[in-house]
Amino acid sequence: MSDEPNKGLRSPLRRKLLMGAAALPLVSILPRPSFGAGPATATVNTTGLAVTDTEVTVGILHSATGTMAISETGSIQAEKLAIEQINAAGGVLGRKIKFIQEDGASDWPTFAEKAKKLLVNDKVAAIMGCWTSASRKAVLPVVEQYNGMLYYPTFYEGLEQSKNVIYTGQEATQQILAGLNWIAKEKGAKSFFFIGSDYIWPRTSNKIARKHVENVLKGKVVGEEYYALGSTQFNSVINKIKLTKPDVIFTDVVGGSNVAFYKQLKAAGVDLSKQALLTISVTEDEIDGIGGENIAGAYACMKYFQSLDNANNKTFVPAFKKMWGEKTVIGDVTQAGYLGPWLWKLTCEKAGSFDVDKIAAASAGVEFKEAPEGYVRIHENHHLWSKTRVGRAKLDGQFELIFETADLIEPDPFPKGYQ
Amino acid sequence: MIINSRFFNRSELIGFVTLALLLFLILPLSLDAFRLNLVAKYLTYAFVAIGLVLCWGYGGILSLGQGMFFGLGGYCMAMFLKLEASSVENTKIQSTPGIPDFMDWNQITALPFFWKPFHSFPLTLLAIVLVPTLFAFIIGTAMFKRRVGGVYFAIITQAIAAILTILIVGQQGYTGGINGITDLRTLNGWDIRTDHAKFILYFVEVVLLFGCIVTAQFIRLTKLGRILVAMREQEDRVRFSGYSVANFKIFAFCAAAIFSAIGGALFTLEVGFMSPSFVGIVPSIEMVIYTAVGGRMSIFGAVYGSLLVNFAKTTLSESFPQLWLFGLGALFIAVVLAFPNGLSGIWADHVQSRIDRLISSIKRKSGGWTSNSVADGAPAE
Repeated sequence: MSDEPNKGLRSPLRRKLLMGAAALPLVSILPRPSFGAGPATATVNTTGLAVTDTEVTVGILHSATGTMAISETGSIQAEKLAIEQINAAGGVLGRKIKFIQEDGASDWPTFAEKAKKLLVNDKVAAIMGCWTSASRKAVLPVVEQYNGMLYYPTFYEGLEQSKNVIYTGQEATQQILAGLNWIAKEKGAKSFFFIGSDYIWPRTSNKIARKHVENVLKGKVVGEEYYALGSTQFNSVINKIKLTKPDVIFTDVVGGSNVAFYKQLKAAGVDLSKQALLTISVTEDEIDGIGGENIAGAYACMKYFQSLDNANNKTFVPAFKKMWGEKTVIGDVTQAGYLGPWLWKLTCEKAGSFDVDKIAAASAGVEFKEAPEGYVRIHENHHLWSKTRVGRAKLDGQFELIFETADLIEPDPFPKGYQ
Repeated sequence: MIINSRFFNRSELIGFVTLALLLFLILPLSLDAFRLNLVAKYLTYAFVAIGLVLCWGYGGILSLGQGMFFGLGGYCMAMFLKLEASSVENTKIQSTPGIPDFMDWNQITALPFFWKPFHSFPLTLLAIVLVPTLFAFIIGTAMFKRRVGGVYFAIITQAIAAILTILIVGQQGYTGGINGITDLRTLNGWDIRTDHAKFILYFVEVVLLFGCIVTAQFIRLTKLGRILVAMREQEDRVRFSGYSVANFKIFAFCAAAIFSAIGGALFTLEVGFMSPSFVGIVPSIEMVIYTAVGGRMSIFGAVYGSLLVNFAKTTLSESFPQLWLFGLGALFIAVVLAFPNGLSGIWADHVQSRIDRLISSIKRKSGGWTSNSVADGAPAE
């Protein structure tokens, strides 16, 4: 079996793969990775998943078209990179990962339809996918009904927990509270102005932030405004900000609206080197569109920045750029997307099986020490323990790390006192 | 012009039987549960397309806002299913058990008054039909009584669809916002998510679809249908002949709204959720495209158009996740440029005429009487 060249690893792919995986020392030990040496299919797959003696199939379900494509492309790229690296290192339980990519087309029912197709027709062992909360909400009943396993990469509002989902991004309290504590302490901030896009994630995040500001930090929220998705007129709220003079502008505006918001802020003479602004929605990907000069000086609070200075990240970033081009930037969600296939692999190996029930049960406690963000571990509630970091946007579109929590923060999707 | 006394002429009868065979026998026997559920989803759009044949093809009223009626019907059904799914036991982890989860996330502590009727299934069924009709009646009365028509009417319907979307997204505590109403499970205790249930729902849907086809055919054949056509061709003459043009237009618009709403309600049952992405401008225009591809004068064409476009959407996007939208765009351009009368035009020009010629030549050979089959082939509009 192993003296036959691997079918899926022929020329162009292999070259890319070898370059991308140069960082992995295992490659030099295994010049031609061999598959099929793992445990028998009958023992690792008792539920009829798409697993053969040499291959295991997973699904990738993101928007490759439509308004969300610009955001989700990074996740697709990261997941493909992770799958190639895992294959180069010998696959999962001796089997090469084959992926089927489906397009959710930025349309929630399409996500549900494609998730069902992946689970029912293709019998995939896991799905790496979804981005917006709305797409996850559409897919969730499907993965629960057909007992699939979804690895969801985006930071999100919490208030959800499922046996069939591993949330590799941060939930709201994990992301927000440390950032608010830091800015209150460092900047002596007492008054906050909230601006968000009008849907569930910003509203829930702001609700949590408001309770924290009022009850814990004993500060004041001087304004809270929401704009429809895709909105590009922020002049009235910018005038209100200038009138109320908050210590901190706290924003969770998403997508293309960010471009208009930061440009109008700058045009109105709000200088981000003097006016503190804390965002939880702008990653390196968004700055690509906003332009570094329009947002330099703003603080962002999340778990990963491309500029993180640790050994894992120093191999991850070049590997990503090798595969997808020098100009690509890597944001928080892209990194979380990269965690999905790896966590799944590690869980499969811990469980000794691809069966979804066994993976769901074995997930708690799985740790990934090579994570670009440092180290992550899956909590019993299927979210990740992770650190929270504050970065400051620079002119070149990168963030400079200003602060990181000393310890991993426990994920708490149903936070008491914040609902 | 002589009005055909038969309900279906021969070519329509062939179309009717073919469609019945296809939907009742061929598709259920040849497709697996997953694909059949997809067909069921496509067919919900056929309801809208049939409504558009009446209102746009015959009445000449182009509405670019059918998504709002589809959505209203769908939301009525979704509200009923959501209330059933949000029983106190199912929602004990919430701060206020017994209300839908998204209300709880938005700090709403009591069920809003307009949700209360949706505890009752009969009232829900009534609402699915009445709410969109009332809405269409108000829009229709406001527009047609003032003689707003043509392209202005199309633009206004589009604007109303956009406003309704913004309203639903903005009032997320009451409507579920951009996520829509999700995680629907049972209908009067019957689990609608199983393959068995989907199979039964498919047949319920096809029966309803044929109900709509027969109704549309009935409207088309009555004097009312003739007035609609006359109105489309020469509105002023109809008005000068003493007819109240506005009332007929309102009727056609309301009928199309009811068909759309039934489609929307079935969509919620088939797919298991409803969201504002079916209400706005883009889905509304897509629905017009289904009708255009099928042929806007043909009731059967509307069904085939909805099936074909959605089937193409699914298969193209499965095979080419990055490029499929271009393929779909090319399909639309090809249809409009090469076949302005859509699928039914292709059928009438290339297939139907040959069948007619064949049949009349057989008849001529076999018997004495001359055939008038070509004359009764298609109504003269």
